[in-house]
Amino acid sequence: MPLWQSIPFASVMLPLAGAAVTAALPPRASRRWAGALMAVVWGLSVGLIVCLLTGGGSFTYPMGHLGAPWGNELRAGPLEALLASLFSGVMLLSLLGGADKLREDLTPGRQPFYSVLLLLTLAALMAQVYTNDLFTAYVFVEIITLCGCGLIAARSGTGKSLSAAARYMVMNLIASALFLLGVILLYDLTGHLLMDPLRGAVQVLAADPARELPLTMVVALLCVSLAIKGALWPFHTWVPDAYSTATPTGAAVLSSLVCKAYLILLLKVLTRVITPEVLAAVQADQVLFLLGIAGMLMGSLHAIHQRELRRMIAWSSVAQVGYIFMGFGLRGGLGMGASVFHMVSHAVCKSMLFLAADALIRASEGHEALRNLRGAGHRAPLAGVCLSAGLLSLVGIPLLGGFVSKLNFVQAAIAAGGIREPIALAALAVSTLLHIFYCVRAVLLIWSQPEQPLTAPAPRIPWRAGLALGALLVLNLALGCLAPPVWTVIQSGLAVIG
Amino acid sequence: MKGANNRWLEQGDDALDRLIAERIDSPVPETPAPRPPRKRRVRTVHIPHALYLALALLLCLGIIGALMQTTARLPSFGNPDNPTNNEVSRRYLEQGLEETGAVNLVAGMILDYRAFDTLGESNVLFVAICAVIILLRLQQGEARPDDTAWEPRHDLILRTVGRLVVPLVLVFGIYVILNGHLSPGGGFSGGAVIGAGLILCRLAEGGERMGKVLSFRTFRALSTGALSFYALSKAYSFFTGANRLPSVITPGVPGRIFSAGLIPYLNIAVGLVVACTMYALFTLFRKGDL
Amino acid sequence: MSLSNYEELAAIALFGIGLTLLILDRNLIKKIIGFSMSDAGIYLYLAARGYVEGRRPPIVENGVTDAAAYINPIPTGLVLTGIVVSVASSAVFLALAVRLYERYRTLNLDEITDRVRKEEE
Repeated sequence: MPLWQSIPFASVMLPLAGAAVTAALPPRASRRWAGALMAVVWGLSVGLIVCLLTGGGSFTYPMGHLGAPWGNELRAGPLEALLASLFSGVMLLSLLGGADKLREDLTPGRQPFYSVLLLLTLAALMAQVYTNDLFTAYVFVEIITLCGCGLIAARSGTGKSLSAAARYMVMNLIASALFLLGVILLYDLTGHLLMDPLRGAVQVLAADPARELPLTMVVALLCVSLAIKGALWPFHTWVPDAYSTATPTGAAVLSSLVCKAYLILLLKVLTRVITPEVLAAVQADQVLFLLGIAGMLMGSLHAIHQRELRRMIAWSSVAQVGYIFMGFGLRGGLGMGASVFHMVSHAVCKSMLFLAADALIRASEGHEALRNLRGAGHRAPLAGVCLSAGLLSLVGIPLLGGFVSKLNFVQAAIAAGGIREPIALAALAVSTLLHIFYCVRAVLLIWSQPEQPLTAPAPRIPWRAGLALGALLVLNLALGCLAPPVWTVIQSGLAVIG
Repeated sequence: MKGANNRWLEQGDDALDRLIAERIDSPVPETPAPRPPRKRRVRTVHIPHALYLALALLLCLGIIGALMQTTARLPSFGNPDNPTNNEVSRRYLEQGLEETGAVNLVAGMILDYRAFDTLGESNVLFVAICAVIILLRLQQGEARPDDTAWEPRHDLILRTVGRLVVPLVLVFGIYVILNGHLSPGGGFSGGAVIGAGLILCRLAEGGERMGKVLSFRTFRALSTGALSFYALSKAYSFFTGANRLPSVITPGVPGRIFSAGLIPYLNIAVGLVVACTMYALFTLFRKGDL
Repeated sequence: MSLSNYEELAAIALFGIGLTLLILDRNLIKKIIGFSMSDAGIYLYLAARGYVEGRRPPIVENGVTDAAAYINPIPTGLVLTGIVVSVASSAVFLALAVRLYERYRTLNLDEITDRVRKEEE
């Protein structure tokens, strides 16, 4: 086995082993150590993409002496490598961009433990991306869930973040219980936990009419639990408070990475264990499709009503998750590909939006309400440009990642054909209109002249935040202008995943 | 006891009143303040009690009904021909002793074949303790009602029984951990026993004495050390296993105390983490520090 | 359809009751109790599924390594992992409940939400 095939193993074990030590470091050093580990994982993942594209195909890596079906296993292909580099890179930028705010929001005693949680989240995200085993996925889902609770509740001095964390915990614990039950039922029916042998066993099950109800139940439990965790409407109730009260790093990590990790797990379950044919046989793809469309519309409708910038961005996440589920529900490989591309573009966009929103709020004496942010773009130009770019990307303006995303969805809808084509196209059109309402309104607002100029000079954006915002802006533009290579990686990854 | 209770509550209310008073008395800023956000209607849906009960009952029955229908269509209970008794469990049972060296086949399974899950599981505990520290550990200049005021002081019965029982509990916990690969038990159960012993010891001897022995720094050093050892040794064994490299870890002679490769050492590490975590959870809830 | 799975049916009932408490009760502590109950239901279910009639626990006795002598060790191991996870989750949730009670002097989640909104205005 060539050494580069150990990269998935290293991406999981480095942050996992590094996290324990972080607890004993002073606050500043703990952040630097966490950032350094994220950078290393990012570098390794980029290397893995290169190796996989030149070496070709995908490979499995046994965690121990034995592979499937006896021991735990990791599996890596181009898609997994792309997502791993995305997750580690965006997490590094989120930490960099929010580091200064982190120092204000958290008491020094809490900061090292916050770094521990970030590192363990990274390890669990990597495990989620690479794992080939459903029970391992459950254990690392739990790590992400508990880390998320810490990331929300860590902000000192607000009761709002505590109550948001409580709501988050309720919904996520329900989802965990349902996911565990689904995995166990599946194990009971097939006797396997690894995805490769499960796939064959599920095919056998699907042919047996006596097992139709249990199989439907398994699909329902797995889909619903991951939909709750991934914040699909109507299971999104914990999202707006959680995203809008967490410290910017936490909000960026939760909205752009954690939620995507659950969706990736669902994608792996749907393509590798429950194949699209079985999904269609139990009618689950229609449910996913309709719920996705409902989410697209409801998320945007609620976003229009919001009077606070961060809540508006949080609600917009609900709409974006709807898009992704709609893609899962569209038959054919194009729908999945469009969903994955949307995950990538949304991850890059949402983290930038949360960081930029925070910088704008700080430039406006800490006022969160949209009406008080009038003219904030003039006070913090870089943040204003980033927020505008992010919001316009959500609308789908060309040259930005969101445009390519929407184009992919339209192509997938046309390729799907049947009754889904007109429904999906109409939903895309209406949702784009709704996006224009709230996104363009916010962009115009932050660039219009303020009614009363603020007396105090606006604080400068710290260089770290500036660097992170700039990098994310470049990434957004790159996704919009140079989409074909990313699309090629996604397509080749999806081709070998199933 | 009752007095202490009341005092605590009163203090809490005082603090709350002060907080509210500060909010009300704080001077209005004179700088041209931006327009305050428009008053929002407080909109919360309170479900009426009867409807709530009906809803709860319906949901409960719905979930149970659907799952029971599913259960009735599953393979039957205790049947040796069920799909779960397949080649995977057969290999664990028939070759587990030879491949892992553990007489306790469950220990062999969770610490060798499926060790990655168990590594994740110990980290779940670590995440939990980190989150609880973030939430409950007292920060500089923070005062919180302290439950230790309720603890009995110099209680003769508790101290005498504690001195008798604590050593036995600790020794039993150590036995369970060290024999984890030979008999029922292991790091998690033994660690929980030791944790219970430590909590009893703290109750009997008082927080001050125990805090000197097991301070926050000691706790941090013990759990980070144990977890790092666990992660690094498992990383070594995963790496050598996947690359088919010769490993220094061998199953040894099954049945001996020094056998089963890494398993006894991993059990000790897990036991340390679990014992420290249980004790730390107790004290963090009790008084917000170790 | 076989109605022989009595153990599993009981476990499922426990799970359903716990889940309902977790979803619908407003009291945070009762929610946590519900969570523990639902998880206990799942573990009972799993343990029952691992049982094989007339076989012994998977600890090698007298050097017998025949698969027909022992029950399936996998569910046992999964239960062990699951229990630790649910202990960790309840600890974090309880810590949150303690903090919320200190701040708002109530455990009713609806009331807490109301007070948070009032605080904002």
